[in-house]
Amino acid sequence: MDKAKIGTCWLDGCSGCHMSLLDLDEGIVAVLEKADIVFGPLVDAQEWPEGVDVAVIEGAVSSQDDLKLAKIARVRSKVVVALGDCAVTGNVPSMRNGIPTRKLLERVYVEGATERPGTERPGVPTDGVPALLKQAQPLHSAIKVDVHVPGCPPKPSAILFVLSELLEGREPDLGSKLRFG
Amino acid sequence: MTDKVKVRIDGEVIAATAGQTILEVARAHDKYIPALCYMEGLSAVGACRLCMVEVSGVARLLPACTTPVQEGLAVATTSPQIQSYRKMVIELLLVERNHVCAVCVSSGHCELQTLAQDHGVTHVRYPYNYPRLSVDTTHPRYVLDHNRCVLCSRCVRTCAEIEGAHVWDIAGRGIHSRLVSELQRPWGEATSCTSCGKCVQACPTGAMAEKGWGVEEMTKQRAGVSRLTSMREGQ
Ligand code: SF4
Ligand code: SF4
Ligand code: SF4
Ligand code: FES
Repeated sequence: MDKAKIGTCWLDGCSGCHMSLLDLDEGIVAVLEKADIVFGPLVDAQEWPEGVDVAVIEGAVSSQDDLKLAKIARVRSKVVVALGDCAVTGNVPSMRNGIPTRKLLERVYVEGATERPGTERPGVPTDGVPALLKQAQPLHSAIKVDVHVPGCPPKPSAILFVLSELLEGREPDLGSKLRFG
Repeated sequence: MTDKVKVRIDGEVIAATAGQTILEVARAHDKYIPALCYMEGLSAVGACRLCMVEVSGVARLLPACTTPVQEGLAVATTSPQIQSYRKMVIELLLVERNHVCAVCVSSGHCELQTLAQDHGVTHVRYPYNYPRLSVDTTHPRYVLDHNRCVLCSRCVRTCAEIEGAHVWDIAGRGIHSRLVSELQRPWGEATSCTSCGKCVQACPTGAMAEKGWGVEEMTKQRAGVSRLTSMREGQ
């Protein structure tokens, strides 16, 4: 039988959920016997491939790029997993949501910057950085999400359970493993 | 003499005392009904609607914390409909303010968080409100973070009914309701506050905490506050 394909990506989060994924210890061997990781920060691929079975998405949807990648991952994957509190609730990235984006960027990049003689005046960067959306939103407000795995980060045991269930073709029910924060 | 009544909770016949509420009787017999605004030792206000139960012969759901038992009352503590309402209530509480468990002093010891987890709230189906709310740090020992307040009024009742200081009230209406100390004075300037800390212990969430604790570090001694009432009643 062909191996299943897992794609992962990291939107507005701290990478902690990916760290937790790497923290499956020998559990990762069992996962990799059944599936290949075909996209994500852990592998080289440049583009989200077609025909992914399980998309594992960390982070809130915070910028134009986040939104684009989330949408691509959705159409090219059978099952989408929101991994961690940022993807599930918006979490820490959403703490900016009460502040208008312009004000926020100026506070950080202008007011918050130290001017040094001989260097450019501090300003809001626009080159090579994606535009921020008005608010950082949970993944399910941007795309359809099939499985939510909260936690900051989710425990490796919860991630292993969810991946194993999905790879067996079952719908995971976190039950007592459900944990926020 | 106290009147004894017989009630049925989830089919089991239980002897209760007239005047007790459904919630009190259920708790005394290890029957689970979730509750948030109710706290043993305080008056019941029926504010959060988490304790809604089915009473046979009554078309609508009734709050267990304010409904007194009567002879022959039959209660169902759960049903698919009740579960779906409870889930909805929890989700609505989570969207109303800013709950960021990952950076909350009460994470791991919070009644709202526990309720969400116990009711299988894996995510919230409603749009978040993201209000801009303040944190009152003016009290030398305690903090009030409006971002985490669920307006259960447990602090209000604790301070008024147990400490006798009545520092807290809820001002405004609906979504604009806010907990206020002494007619909108900052907590640190509230002259009637004795700094006893009972409100902090009674608060079910991370809205009230002692200063100096980090994420997940604030545990509360709610039973101690409840015990004060039962000790006084025993006098
Ligand atoms: S008060 Fe409870 S639910 Fe709200 S952020 Fe803190 S731990 Fe989470
Ligand atoms: S510390 Fe005591 S007196 Fe002060 S507000 Fe809280 S319960 Fe009331
Ligand atoms: S501060 Fe705490 S106890 Fe007081 S109303 Fe808010 S959540 Fe309830
Ligand atoms: S516990 Fe009964 S309404 Fe809140």
